Formats: sequence, structure tokens, C-alpha cells
Amino acid sequence: MTALFSDASLLVLALAIPAAVALLVALAGRCPNLREAVSLAGALLLAAVVFLLLARVLGGARPSLHLATIAPGLDLALALEPLGMLFACVAATLWIANTVYSIGYMRGNDEPRQTPFYAAFAVAIFSTMGVALSGNLITLFLFYELLSLSTFPLVTHKQSPEAMRAGRIYLLTLIGASMILLLPAIVWTAVATGTTNFTPGGIVAGHVNPLGMAVLFGMFVFGAAKAAVMPLHRWLPAAMVAPTPVSALLHAVAVVKAGVFTILKVSVYVFGLDTLRETGASQWLVYVAGFTIIAASFVALSADDLKRRLAYSTIGQLSYIVMAAAIATPAAAIGAALHIAAHAVSKITLFFAAGSVYTAEHVTKVSRMNGIGRRMPWTMAAFAIGTLSMIGLPPTAGFLGKWFMLGAAGSASDWFAVGVIVVSTVLNGAYFLPILTAAFLKPAGGPVGEAPVAIVVALTATAAGTVLLFLFPDVPLRLASAMVAP
Amino acid sequence: MTLAALQHHMPLLVVLMPLLGGLLVAIVRHPAASWPIAIASTAASLAGALALSREVAANGVISYALGGFPPELGIEYRVDAVNVLILVVVTFMALATLVFARLSVASEIDEGRQPWFYTMMLIATAGLLGMAVTGDAFNAFVFLEISSLATYTLIALGRDRRALVAAYQYLIVGTIGATFYVIGVGLLYLATGTLNLELIAERLPEVTSPRALLAAEAFILVGIALKLALFPLHAWLPNAYTYAPSAATVLLASTATKVAVYLLARYIFGIFGLHREFGEISGASILILLSLAAMFLASAAAIFQNDVKRLLAFSSVGQIGYITLGIAIANSDALTGAFLHIANHAVMKGAAFMAIGAILYRCGSERLDDLAGIGRAMPVTGAVLTIAGLGLIGVPGTSGFVSKWYLVAGAFEDGKGWLGLMIVASSFLAVLYVGRIMEIVWFRQPGRVALAAAEAPGALLVPMVTLATLTVLLGIAASWPAEMAHSAATALLGARP
Amino acid sequence: MTFVETLASEATRYVIVIVMVAGLYTIIARGNLIKKLVGLSLFQSSVYLLYLLPAKIFGGTAPILDDRFEVYSNPLPHVLILTAIVVGIGTLALGLALAIRIKGAYGTIEESEILARDAAKAEGKERGA
Repeated sequence: MTALFSDASLLVLALAIPAAVALLVALAGRCPNLREAVSLAGALLLAAVVFLLLARVLGGARPSLHLATIAPGLDLALALEPLGMLFACVAATLWIANTVYSIGYMRGNDEPRQTPFYAAFAVAIFSTMGVALSGNLITLFLFYELLSLSTFPLVTHKQSPEAMRAGRIYLLTLIGASMILLLPAIVWTAVATGTTNFTPGGIVAGHVNPLGMAVLFGMFVFGAAKAAVMPLHRWLPAAMVAPTPVSALLHAVAVVKAGVFTILKVSVYVFGLDTLRETGASQWLVYVAGFTIIAASFVALSADDLKRRLAYSTIGQLSYIVMAAAIATPAAAIGAALHIAAHAVSKITLFFAAGSVYTAEHVTKVSRMNGIGRRMPWTMAAFAIGTLSMIGLPPTAGFLGKWFMLGAAGSASDWFAVGVIVVSTVLNGAYFLPILTAAFLKPAGGPVGEAPVAIVVALTATAAGTVLLFLFPDVPLRLASAMVAP
Repeated sequence: MTLAALQHHMPLLVVLMPLLGGLLVAIVRHPAASWPIAIASTAASLAGALALSREVAANGVISYALGGFPPELGIEYRVDAVNVLILVVVTFMALATLVFARLSVASEIDEGRQPWFYTMMLIATAGLLGMAVTGDAFNAFVFLEISSLATYTLIALGRDRRALVAAYQYLIVGTIGATFYVIGVGLLYLATGTLNLELIAERLPEVTSPRALLAAEAFILVGIALKLALFPLHAWLPNAYTYAPSAATVLLASTATKVAVYLLARYIFGIFGLHREFGEISGASILILLSLAAMFLASAAAIFQNDVKRLLAFSSVGQIGYITLGIAIANSDALTGAFLHIANHAVMKGAAFMAIGAILYRCGSERLDDLAGIGRAMPVTGAVLTIAGLGLIGVPGTSGFVSKWYLVAGAFEDGKGWLGLMIVASSFLAVLYVGRIMEIVWFRQPGRVALAAAEAPGALLVPMVTLATLTVLLGIAASWPAEMAHSAATALLGARP
Repeated sequence: MTFVETLASEATRYVIVIVMVAGLYTIIARGNLIKKLVGLSLFQSSVYLLYLLPAKIFGGTAPILDDRFEVYSNPLPHVLILTAIVVGIGTLALGLALAIRIKGAYGTIEESEILARDAAKAEGKERGA
């Protein structure tokens, strides 16, 4: 089986499958069952391909493929390394869960325009795989932009004036930042170093002076506005008007992860952790990210809308990853990589649960969730697991990443970062635990009634994944370690 | 005629086919027959241009003596790597425009005048091709005037009465430019005794009067600059583009200025040399300054236009600035970028104007405000406009990025890194004017016009989707056009002096 | 050099320049579309002279080869200018045709009035909207 496919053909398949799904979904629009069967089959196939790739990457292979030459020194190329592998695994696995969930949610809520929804979703996954597999900055940029464009119809799915306004903020922030900051940063890198290829150990050392490096790093960080580092975070809460599966896609699977992935990838493979640490080019970012974490937590504390509270929680969690990238020690980078996976699987659980509550009872406010844990036990149990992971408590995946990051901050004597992690953990508890107490301890006030079975299956699976990732962190840990290994 | 003879006469046939097609249309003068004739003759011309490009790539320069007279006596058609690129671009864009023209012309022009419109399209194309292919300075003037006269007529066929004024003003300015050019050619002839560009270049070192040369250079370059709308000689262009019929605008925007740019490059590199000193400053620095002015001022002016065609017209003036900047930097990469941008800009501006033409076809308006929410009624047209806009900005994944990339690389190579920064900075202006269109097309609530609109018919969609696809394709797999542009650049840089 | 020859070679240059500048001035300074075209024609005519002047060689004859003659005038500029005259006539005809159409559409051929009418119309449209 494994010998059947060459490394390069697997890379092509990882892109071709979601692209084909998008096409087939569009063609099969008349027949909902076929359309959703195609989506699900595509998701399963993609996961199979990604796991084949995973086996090879763990075996030490680094598949790469040259697609086209844009200009001398400027290629469209794929190259898979451990971090990209980790991201691809996360995206491919969660696509399955998200497809199952989408089927339940879209049918349960009788949403209109489902065919364009599934098609755009597949294109978004295609772009995400492209981001994960890209071998240089320019390829990454192309898929990054395509991701922004393909998720726009998803964000504006409802087509209400409010949705269109949110879509406008979404697109303007993401595209604007990437055009004004990310693209010039890429051009700068290319002109200064003569290459845009991701190289272990980085490429800018010796080509850019330390001050220039700090500026360049800033252009990358804020250019990748999908990471939602303040002050470029407003698009994320605005995009909450989208249907819940889309929010899950944005927050867990694709969009924000593409942002932090870009930042981490640039830190490791363009600047090089050693270079960042020695020049202190990323030191300022520790403070910006730390501020984002604390400020986002305070906003979340006061938000009554459940999805809004989750959105600000995401902003905070993303900045953990950004802060870890800025600390730029190997341990911090490992923590950041683990947290990408951990946050993905636990945040998707939370959004699935929020969507489940909405589908079953049309509740969106935290203040109206009293006793809901007794009425929807599966949903809220999963929600509880996701919550624990957000706070960073064992036995959930969130603990792992935080543990590494805390250790890295401590051994780097970065007491500001240590303080931020400790304080924010308390704040996370402060805005999540009341939901749980209200949901489980207040009287039920109504009959037991769960959401459609597809929804429950999906969120149970991701909740289980959150725990399993804590118990068996071997694969992500090996990938993350391989990323920082010299 | 055997195939070999056909091959031998190809440089002439490329020009002759649209010219004869134009005559045929005028003689037949039947609305239904015009379009097929026009398509057939242009397609034949495109095939010829492609055959020439293959032959040039294989065997180098083709010299064709018109009527069998040697270059000293007669007119020489000279096809090399530089103008074969122009031939391909012009014939391809003319064909695409004509495919688009059928419905667009039918809706915008009275039936009785339609044959004349096609005649003028074909004659304008023939004139442009002649300008590109000829190796004779005076012959270039004749072709310049042929294409110009046809162009004035095309513009005057616009629906608005302001089209007449625009055509008249362009006629005055264009004729002054052409006359300037011919004065310069006269002076060159007096100094060297020949009109053949190659021979002029050969005999220049023997010329004893530098003043005559300087005057010749000034007249020729200013004359061509008027034609290519080099800032600040661009005043005729916005009105001409705005009021001409949609199909004519597409043709003008994607071919006319490009051929003039080619002629400019031909004279600068083939004859005068770029680094001639005018007093304290060199010709190159003047051209850089004007190019920068175009890139910034014209693009800035584009932001404040309320008519889409006018907006895109100002954008054209700005984009021409990038091309002339590449000529002024004058190393291999920058020139490759300039020639790539000639082709890439032709394709994307063609797509953009076609999209506007389709909107005009469906809605009868091209005011920016009337386009509100049109993307929802005409998603494909909106997407084409978007891709073309992204190309104008120079977003990676579109051909605009590739040409700008070469320009930036050329600037850095030349030690003029600040010019590279200027290219990037001026792109932000394009972000603004393109963003303004996008905002209106996609995000505004659909207005009265958009609600009544439907997606453009297939006959309009096919050419513009083709061009939009090409814009993306040439941005990703750019090696084929880049090779052509690179050999053009090499040919020019290898030329005297 | 005889007086006539001096006059021919020196004075004609000045005449050419004067005609050229007069033509250009008329194009720029006159608002009347017909007068502009007259200026354009003057400007072009000066170029015809510019070409023809050096082609004339004193004592030369028409370039028809014959044993009796040694010196010929250069035929090429004459041919070129013949072409240029044709182009000039075409341009003038098109310009006049446009002027007639403009007269029909605007009722005037004064540039300032045309611009004023366009401006008034645009303003009226905005007010109407």
C-alpha cells in the first residue's frame, strides 16, 4: 500500500482530494445525500492520505514537490516538514468531525444555500492543506490568501446586512494586513536573502541587521492577521455571525491556525529560533502577545454571548502560541506546536457544543444556560472537557502545550511571560467555570433533549480526542521535537 | 503559393491580413458578414504571429525586403525577439476583443455603422502591427497615422456626444505627436541619409553634428511619448478611453499604448542610447522621474474617479509608468519585467474593460455608484473584474506580480533599491482604487441597477474569463512569457549603442 | 553663392520655423475647432517644407537617369512627403468631419462653450438625481 504512492504523489493527492470534493459537491448540488456523501468520503480519503504522509515524515522523509516557476528564485513548491505535518494532521482529522457535524447542523437548522457552503468549505480545506504543505513563503502566501477568499462566502452565509458587514471587516482586515505587511515582508525577505524557501535554521541571519529584523518580524506577525494579535483582532468576534460549523472552521481547523502556523513557521524556518533569540528581534512581541492574552481574557469575562466569549478566548489562546514563538527557545516552540493541536481539538469541541445548544434550544446567551447540563448531558460534558483544556488542566490536551510554554518561559527567565500564563489561567477559569456551574448545578427546568445525532457524535469524538491527545501525545510531540531538532 | 513562400512573406501577411479584412468588411458592408470576416482575418494574423515567434526563436532575426528592394532603397520589415512579442500580444488581444465585440457592438452601435466599426478595428490593428513589424522610420510614421486615424474614428463612434470631443482632442494631440515624430525622423534622415533603423544606427557614429541628433531625439521621443501617454502627456487618454465604445476601449487599452512603448524602447536602445546627457541630467533619470510621476500621480488620480472606465484609464497611465520605468532602469531583469508587463497589463486591462463592457451591456451604466452590489447579480463578471484588479495591484498568483517582481529585482540589481521600494509603495495606491471598486461591487447593497441586472451572456463571458484565467495562469507558470520577454530584453540590450 | 541661393537656403529655414510655430500657436491659442485644424495643417505643411528643402539641389534635375545630366535632386523626400500629404489630408478630413458632428451635437464649435455645456449637463444630471 505504502509503496503504491510516491511521496510527491501523496502531496498532490492531499491537495487534489479537497479540490475534487469542491468540484463534485458543486456538481452534485441537486442531490443532498450524494453531496454530503462526497464531502464525507473526501474527508476520510484526505485523512488516509495525510496519515500515510505522517508515517513517512515520522520515518524521517521530507517529501517535496516543485509545481511551477513564477520567476527565477520564485517557485511554487510544496515541501512537508514536521510542523506542516502536524498542522495537516489537525486539519484533516478535524475536517471529518466538522463534516459530520455540518451535516447535522445544516439539516437541523434548515440552512439555505448548502451546496455553496460545502463547496466553499472544501476549497477552504484545500487552501489549508496548501498552507500546511507549502515549501516557501510565496506558496504559503498564495494559499493563505485563497483561504481568506474561500472563507468569505462562509462568513457571509446568512447574507443578512449584519453578515455582510462582518464579512467586510473580515476580508478587509485579513487581506489588507496581508497585502500591506505580509507581502512586502516576503518581498523584503526574498530581496535580502535571495530565497523564500523554508530552511531549518532560518535564512535571514546575516542578511538583515537586528533592528531591521525586528521590523521584518513585526511585519510578518501583523501581516498574518489571522493570528488575531491585538490590535488586529476585531475580525474574529465580527465573524461570529457565521453558522457554527464555520466558526469551528475559522477557530479550530483552518483560519486562525493558518495565522499562528505562519508565525511559528516563519519564526522557525525563516528567522531561525537561535537568530531570534540572539538578536532579540522578537522580544517586543512577548509583551504585545502577553497584553493580548490578558486583555482578551477580560473582554471574555464580560461577554454574555457564548460565541463571543469563545471568540475572545480564541484570541487569548492564539497569543499563547505567538508568545511562545516570540520567546523562541526550542521548548517554547514545541509548546507552541503542541498548543496548535490542543487548542484546535478543544476549541472545536466548544464550538460544536455551542452550536448544539443553539440547534436544540436556540440559546446563545450565557445567562440563559442555567441547568442546560442536565437537559443536554452529552453536549455539556463535552463542553466541560473543552473548558478544562482551555484552562490548561489535566487530563486534557491543553495542559501539554501550556506546560511546555510555562517551562520554557521559566528557563528563559522571562518572568513577564510566566506571569501572563499564570494570571491568564486564573482568568480563563473565571470566565469558563461559571458556565459549567450554572449548567450543571442549577435545576434542569425542562425535559432532556439532545441535538441531532450527527452533532452529538461529532462533539463526543472531538471531546474524546481532547483527552486522548493528553494521554497519547507521542505523535505530536515527536513532530514538534523534529521541528526544532538541528 | 507554396507553404515556404507563405512562410517567407509572413512578416507582410501578418499586417496585410487585418488590413485586407478591413477593406473586405467595408466593401461587403453587411452587418452579419462583418464579424466573421474580422474574426477570420485576425485569427489568421495571430497564427502568422505565432509562426513568426517560432521562427524567430529558432533562427533569429527575420529580415523581409518589401517588394524585393534591399534595405538601403526599400522598406525592410524586420522581425526579432522584441517585436515578435508585440505582434503576438496585439494579434491575440485583437482577436479576444473581436470575440467580445459581437454582442457589445450590437448593443452599443447603430446597425448601419457596425461594418464601419469592424473596418476601423481591423485597420487600427493593422496599423499597430505595421508599426511593430517595420524596420523603417518613415514607414512606422505611416502606420502610426493609419492606426491613429482608425482609432479617432472608433472613439467617435461612442454613444455619448462627449465621445466626439474626446476623438477631436485626441486627433489634435495625436497628430501633433505624429508630426513631432516625423520631424525627428526628417532630421535623422538629413544626418544619416537613410530611413532604415538598422542603417541609421550604423551610420550614427559618423554624424558630425550632435545638435541635429539631439533635436531629432527630442522630437522623436516626445512624439512617441504623446502616443504612449507618458505622464504628463497623458491628458488625451482618460477621455478617449471613457467615451469610446466598450470594445474599442478594450482594444486601445490593451494594444495601442503598448506598441508605442515598443517604439520608444526601439529608439532608446537601438539608436539614441539611454545615457545621453541633456546638460546635467541623463535621459534615464528623466524617464525614471516621469515614470514615478505616472505611477504615483496617475494612480492617485484614479482613486478619485466616479466613472469606472475613467478610473481604469488613469490606472493605465500609472501602469505604463511601470513599463517605462523598466525601460529606464535598462538591465536585463528590469527590461524583462517591462516587456512582461506589456503583455500582462494588456491581458488584465483587457479583462477589466471587458467586464465593464459586460456591465454596460446589462445595466446601461458604468458610473461607479450604479455598480453597487453588481457582484451579486453578475458574479462571474464581478470575479473577472476582481482578478483583473488583483493583477493591477500585483498580488502574487496574478501575472501583475510576476512583472513587478522582475522590475523590483532589476531595480535592486542596478543598485537602485529605492526604486524597488517605490514600486511596492505605489502598489498601495492600486490597492486603494481597486479596493474602491471591490467595495462597491461586492459589499454595497444592490441598487436599482444591480437588482435589474443578470449575468452577462456567454458570448461576452468567454473572452473575459479566458483573459482572467490567463492573468492567473501567467502569474503561476510564468516561464514561457518570461522567456519571450527575456529574449526581447537581451535583443534590445545587445543592440547598439 | 548668389543672392538667390543664399535666400533660398537661409530664409526658407526661417520660413519653415515661422510656419511651424504659427501653426502650433494657432492650435493652442484658438478655441474654434476649425481654426485649430487650420493651425494643424499649417504645422504639418511646415514639416513638408522641412523635408523638401534639403532635397532640392541647385542645378539638379528630376531624377530620371539620362546621360546628359550629372546632378539629380533626391527623389525620396518627395515621395515621403507625398505620403505625408495624403496622411495630412486624411487627418484634416476626419477632423472636419468630427467638427461637423460636434456642431450637430452641441450646436457650437467653440471649445469653451462645448466644455460649458458638458459641465452644465453633468450638473443638471446630478441635480435631477
